[in-house]
Amino acid sequence: MSLHPLSSEEAELLAVVRDLGQTRIAPRAADDEAAARFPREVFDELANLGLTWLPFPAEVGGGDGSVRLSLLVLEELARASLAVGMGLSVHHLATWAITTFATPEQRARLVPELVAGRLLGAYALSEPAAGSDAAALATRAHRDGDTYRLTGTKAWVTHGGVADRYVVMARTGDEGARGISAFIVDADQPGLEVAPPERKMGLAASPTAQLHLDDAPVPADRLLGGAEGRGFAIAMAALDGGRLGIAACAVGLAQAALDQATAYAADREQFGRPIADFQGVGFLLADMATRTEAARQLTLAAAQLRDRATRDGSRAPTVDGHPDARAITRAAAMSKLTATDAAMQTTSEAVQVLGGVGYTRDFPVERYLREAKVLQILEGTNQIQRLVIARHLATDAR
Amino acid sequence: MKVVVPVKRTPDTAGEKVIDADSLTVDREAGESVLCPVNEFSIEEAVRLKEKHGAEVTVLVVGPEEAQPTVRKALSYGLDAGLQITDEAIAGSDALGTARVIAAALEATEFDLVVFGGQSTDARTSLVPAAVAELLGLPSLTYTRYLEVDGETITVHREHEEGWDVVTASLPAVVSVVEAINEPRYPSFKGIMAAKSKPLETKSLADLGVSADEVGAGAASATMYEFAPRPPKEAGTVIEDDGSGAAAAQLADWLVEKKFV
Repeated sequence: MSLHPLSSEEAELLAVVRDLGQTRIAPRAADDEAAARFPREVFDELANLGLTWLPFPAEVGGGDGSVRLSLLVLEELARASLAVGMGLSVHHLATWAITTFATPEQRARLVPELVAGRLLGAYALSEPAAGSDAAALATRAHRDGDTYRLTGTKAWVTHGGVADRYVVMARTGDEGARGISAFIVDADQPGLEVAPPERKMGLAASPTAQLHLDDAPVPADRLLGGAEGRGFAIAMAALDGGRLGIAACAVGLAQAALDQATAYAADREQFGRPIADFQGVGFLLADMATRTEAARQLTLAAAQLRDRATRDGSRAPTVDGHPDARAITRAAAMSKLTATDAAMQTTSEAVQVLGGVGYTRDFPVERYLREAKVLQILEGTNQIQRLVIARHLATDAR
Repeated sequence: MKVVVPVKRTPDTAGEKVIDADSLTVDREAGESVLCPVNEFSIEEAVRLKEKHGAEVTVLVVGPEEAQPTVRKALSYGLDAGLQITDEAIAGSDALGTARVIAAALEATEFDLVVFGGQSTDARTSLVPAAVAELLGLPSLTYTRYLEVDGETITVHREHEEGWDVVTASLPAVVSVVEAINEPRYPSFKGIMAAKSKPLETKSLADLGVSADEVGAGAASATMYEFAPRPPKEAGTVIEDDGSGAAAAQLADWLVEKKFV
């Protein structure tokens, strides 16, 4: 069930993703999770299908697809496996940052393999002492002839250790946001070491690790955009899209939980009838479905606002300076907040509907519940989302 | 190298098929129609010939205008062009009539190899590929589970109950493939989006120089007299385990009796 009408092309494209998701990805998700194994070959299949290519402009060899379509794809993938959906979202985020802010020379040299999905991208902003306060990051980059020497620790890097190309934020100047620059660092960079993956509550199939940079000599032509001091602006611009991606993944996860709960409640009989017929269970399912659909609609509305702004700017890569730019940032924060809270509550209720078996690893809903929690934390905690929204309201009221 | 892949629009195998009581043909309006699933294998083989030999692949469909999405669907796998033969007179053709139309279309086309699916999921006759080869006087390579093209020669593994025969023929040739031949890929987003702008040509019987009395229900050499719905599934055998172990013996006997073991 969905309220948003799809074009016939969107329906055809999404049918392919759904088929891939349900026949090739969902069946292996539990095993990948149990083995803490990143399914790189699934990512290769996504690349073959054109999913890494889809959202990028034709100038860099991309598919010129809409943000809306990309989000529908992410939702469908996350419905099959959050590790896979989020993996693609993170790859899009890193690729978008490079594609959008690279110099023409960097774009020609470093973008095509990311768009084709031959290389896996990752994004390194946070640090052990700089999470929500990202501008406090301490990793240093100092110019040394033709290189920048990077020293410091980046934290919570999705795809840490399995990615081929990282966008790394490091400080080239003074304290604060303006002293930060972005670098494009490949996995084989001398002086870069990846720590063992974090032992997380869930999402083990999507490795999260620290990067240790020890006087790593990064060629100066890998300073993203060719100018110092732009890193924080790049990070913030990338977040709008990243938050929408996470929102879409959260909708997919909530939908997966709803699918499981609905099927179970229709099948499971107690007191001589399916438990779905009992109002206590039926109302739970009704709330789950309503919440999931509301989150989906808000996310798609934000995507369409962004698509419209991009079209207005003849497909300008950022919406900076567009009259709707603030509305887009706010809508992205609202979508991330709403969808991830919806996923948290819906996955928890799905465990409740399944009862005892829902708490076992024989059914996927306990995994969904563990996975949902991290969505309220990453890409800006939900408290940070509220902060963004509140600041917008306060500014607009003045 | 030029390859033609004839494909068929068939009722969705997952849906219930309805036979129209007057015409005694499948009521196409009653359910969804799709690209026949066996064509995924013939298309995949053509895509591989494209990748390996740079083959130019045309998809051919015989059917009414409504069959156009089937051509587009086939093109979304990365094939180069579409050819659709549409004529009211074709309606009701049997396998031979269909083969006449396809053969005539092929005669008007340059090709080195024709790759058919093995057996359509609706009629299930498996007759058309061999009939087309016969009408064109070309080698017919059926039940192909492996194929390799080397210059002017094609070598196939022709599947049978005890294994397969290695068969060689000169090109041009007509093959039909079995599902064991490959694992079809998904159409890519690029392919789906590009399918709309691929060239699609439509021809009538007159364009092909085929007379209307050679095809259609009137010319059919097979006649359908009646039809009956599939009988309902009979209840299966239930063996209950009473804990004594007798059930295991019963089950084993049953498997032996049905020749499963």
